[in-house]
Amino acid sequence: MGRIVLNRDKCKACYLCKDACPNKVLEVDEKVNALGYYPVKVNEDKKCVGCAMCARVCPDIAIEKVYR
Amino acid sequence: MEQLVYKKPDSIKDDFKISFCPGCDHGVAVRLVAEVLDELGVREDTIGVASVGCSVFSYDFFNVDVVEAPHGRSLAVATGVKRSKPNKVVFTYQGDGDLASIGIGETIHAMTRGEKVTTICINNTTYGMTGGQGGPTTLLGQVTTTTPQGRKVEVSGYPLKVSEILKEVDGTAFVARVTLDSPQAIMNAKKCIKKAFEAQLKGLGTGFVEILATCPTNWKMTPQEAHARVRGEMSEVFKPGIYKDRVSEAK
Repeated sequence: MGRIVLNRDKCKACYLCKDACPNKVLEVDEKVNALGYYPVKVNEDKKCVGCAMCARVCPDIAIEKVYR
Repeated sequence: MEQLVYKKPDSIKDDFKISFCPGCDHGVAVRLVAEVLDELGVREDTIGVASVGCSVFSYDFFNVDVVEAPHGRSLAVATGVKRSKPNKVVFTYQGDGDLASIGIGETIHAMTRGEKVTTICINNTTYGMTGGQGGPTTLLGQVTTTTPQGRKVEVSGYPLKVSEILKEVDGTAFVARVTLDSPQAIMNAKKCIKKAFEAQLKGLGTGFVEILATCPTNWKMTPQEAHARVRGEMSEVFKPGIYKDRVSEAK
C-alpha cells in the first residue's frame, strides 16, 4: 500500500501522471486550484502501490513525496 | 511501516514555483539535474550557468549558485568559471535556440578544448520563449511562425543534429541524446545526465546530454500528443542513444 503527497496548487493539469499511473489512482478534480486549473486528485477507492511513476513524469513537482 | 521512496530533490529550492507551460518537459529536465546533483552529493560545490530562452528560468529553481550568460555564450562563461574555480562542478543548462544557433561556435570550441563542464541541451525544435519561431533544429515540414508553409530545404536547409556533431569533437567524454516521453525514458535520461556529470568529475572531458523535449504551447498540441510526436517524427530525425561514452570505458 502506497501513498502520495500531492500539492494541488502546483498542478497545471497536464494529466501526464494520470496516464502514467498503472492503477488509475489519479483522476481529475472537479474544483479549480489557485492557478485556475482542474488539478488531479487521489481516488481513495483505488489502490496506490507507491511506484512513484506519477512523481517521475510530473513536470511541476506537484507530487512532492511518495511513500510505499 | 511506510518508507519514503521519492521526495522533491534538495537541489530544488524549497519555495520553487515552476513557471513553465503545462506539460512542458523543461520541468522534468530541471528536476533530473537536481536529482543527479543530490545523488552525487555535489550541490554545495556546484555552479550553474543559465542561458537565454525558456531555460533561463532554471536559476529560479536550482538551489545552487547560477551565473546568467549572454545569449549562446553559456559555455564561454562556464569555461571562465571552471578555470578560475577548478574544484567546483560547473554545468550549463541551455535550449537548442541558444546552444545550436547563436552559440554553436562557443559550444564546439569549448568542447574541442575539452573543458571539464557538463552541458544539458533541451531540444524542442523551436524557439519557445519568443513565440515558436523556427530554429536550427526545426524539422523539415514543421510549421512555425517563421515557416508558415512548413520548413523547406531550399529556404532553410536541414535540421542541425547537435549530438552527431559533438561526438566527433575530441574533447567530449560523454555524448547522448535522450527523450522524456515515458517513465522508463525519464529513468534512462537520468542515468545519462549522471554520466555526463561523472565525465566532469573524473576529469575526462565535457559531458553533453541532448534532451528531446516537448513544447506543447508552440506545437499547438496536448502534452500527450506532444510526447507522441517526440516518439514518432522527432525520434526518426534525432535518433536517441548514447553516441560516445568514455566514462564507462575509463571504469
